[in-house]
Amino acid sequence: MSKLRILSKTGVETSGVKHSLNPFDEIAVEEAVQLKENLKDRVSEVIAVSCGPPKAQEVLRTALAMGADRAVHVNVKDEATASKLQPLGVAKLLKAVVEKEQPNLVILGKQAIDDDASQTGQMLAGLLNWPQATFASKVEIEGDNVKVTREVDGGLETISTKLPLVVTADLRLNEPRFATLPNIMKAKKKPLQVLTPEELNVDISPRLETLSVTDPPVRVGGTKVASVDELIAKLKEVGAL
Amino acid sequence: MSFAFYLKTNLPAFARRAAIYAGNKPRFFTQTALLRNASVFPSLNTLTEEEAAIRETVTSFAQEIILPKVKEMDEKESLDKEILKGLFDQGFMGIETEPEYGGSGSTFLSAILVVEELAKVDPAISVVCDVQNTLVNTLFRKYGSDALRKKYLPQLATGKVGCFCLSEESAGSDAFALKTRADKKGDHYEINGSKMWITNSYEAEIFLVFANIDFDAKHKGITCFVVEKDFGVKVAKKESKLGIRASSTCTLNFDGVKVPEENVLGEVGKGYKYAIEILNEGRIGIAAQMIGLAQGAFDHALPYTLVRKQFGQPVGEYQGMQFQYAQIATDIEAARLLTYNAARLKQEGCNFVKEAAMAKLFSSQVAEHAASKAIEWMGGVGFTREFPGIH
Repeated sequence: MSKLRILSKTGVETSGVKHSLNPFDEIAVEEAVQLKENLKDRVSEVIAVSCGPPKAQEVLRTALAMGADRAVHVNVKDEATASKLQPLGVAKLLKAVVEKEQPNLVILGKQAIDDDASQTGQMLAGLLNWPQATFASKVEIEGDNVKVTREVDGGLETISTKLPLVVTADLRLNEPRFATLPNIMKAKKKPLQVLTPEELNVDISPRLETLSVTDPPVRVGGTKVASVDELIAKLKEVGAL
Repeated sequence: MSFAFYLKTNLPAFARRAAIYAGNKPRFFTQTALLRNASVFPSLNTLTEEEAAIRETVTSFAQEIILPKVKEMDEKESLDKEILKGLFDQGFMGIETEPEYGGSGSTFLSAILVVEELAKVDPAISVVCDVQNTLVNTLFRKYGSDALRKKYLPQLATGKVGCFCLSEESAGSDAFALKTRADKKGDHYEINGSKMWITNSYEAEIFLVFANIDFDAKHKGITCFVVEKDFGVKVAKKESKLGIRASSTCTLNFDGVKVPEENVLGEVGKGYKYAIEILNEGRIGIAAQMIGLAQGAFDHALPYTLVRKQFGQPVGEYQGMQFQYAQIATDIEAARLLTYNAARLKQEGCNFVKEAAMAKLFSSQVAEHAASKAIEWMGGVGFTREFPGIH
């Protein structure tokens, strides 16, 4: 793991950091593949989608090696544009892909590890006017009904909903498999389609501007006090009382 | 005016050269063509997409699944059954084997990468994988009859460990002085003898045994037999080694073991030739293990030196130390390039015998040096069993 560096005031330095499949997305892919394995005939295919620069194809190959049937890459060619791609832009691109491919279940990771936004899944559901089940730690499908257990601040919440559905995956949903060697070799032959935002008629210009990014303040040592009186005296000294 | 005179006069240099070569092949132009195409030849660090993906998978598997059990396996001097199963499930035991036989259908370099990455975490595990792929699988794929390939390759790819039985008590470097005999009796052979120093022998179910069917023909009688454990192979003394202790190295006894004649690998009397050739590939596999081991030791020791402070400064920041690890890092890189190049040469179908031997020689030296330096750098802690570099 290389250490992240803050680049001046506008963001985090991402060049030189290895881009790999977002762990939550990996869990999402694993869930899709497991559903296909368990539900067999009910699932016709698993399509892996990624929006980003050409490098994104590497993670799509990993998804194919894990068991996805085919992949769609929305190519945001320009590195500068790609780095400014925001959740709303991604959600709009995904909506266009969904309208093209007509799936009835979309599974995403709950949040991205580069911006920790946790917005894409929810925005996508809103744009599609589909129900959403976020932070899922368990998904059970029976017919068109779906029971999802969600991890919420207070514990676990189980909801009942219907397909078509957007699900975002939380850490405990499953444990992603390692792509086995035979599957890695087979992944080469699986179809990978490349589309562009222009083809999909989507405007991905950013709507948010980052004003500044700062390091958390360096921890300063404190002092120990022996009694309540001393505590009050110290607080008065510092001007807190 | 003679042609020679014309050459000595005012022709510009390149034209003179062109004229000289005009009689022969236009080597001057070929050279330029070669140079112009130089950028087409990628560096040795270039991997195909699959090879890169494979390396990533192995690294994750090694770090997450194997690493936690390394110490235990070393102390128990045995391979964890689940990890062995994991190697099969991931496809690491049939890397080059064709998919129709249940293998992964990948390249030789992929096998080298797998061995290297496994060795970074546990050389005992990587040697199992190395022998299976570069010796056992390759022998079957190259010389086995269709029937033998169909029968044994799937088993080797999905669940059975194989081993390569050549060495004996009095036949190590002089392998072809082996004494194990195979007597033909009708439709089968009877094997009598004993093999020593056999890697994987404890876990193996399929044995490639080199025995002589005709001692008068000297080494030209040596034949390779495919022997299943059930035929009567007896595993005797397990050596207690100083290193890679989890990998089994045992003595094997063959007492009238009956082997059907279909189980002769390749041709009778060609065992000597097969062994010599296969060991060339095996050397690249060993080299891969060495560089993995060296890198693993280095990666383990270096962070420690940047944390351990003496005289108010991390020991790793003293220049005397920096000279040392710069040298080791360079040596490992050089060994790695030798190894990858030998592997690529083999893939290209070129002669790679010398390069393979060089790779093995240099990598082994580097590994030994790196491991012992790593122990030195870690100071007192390096000398204890805490430090995995011990194996």
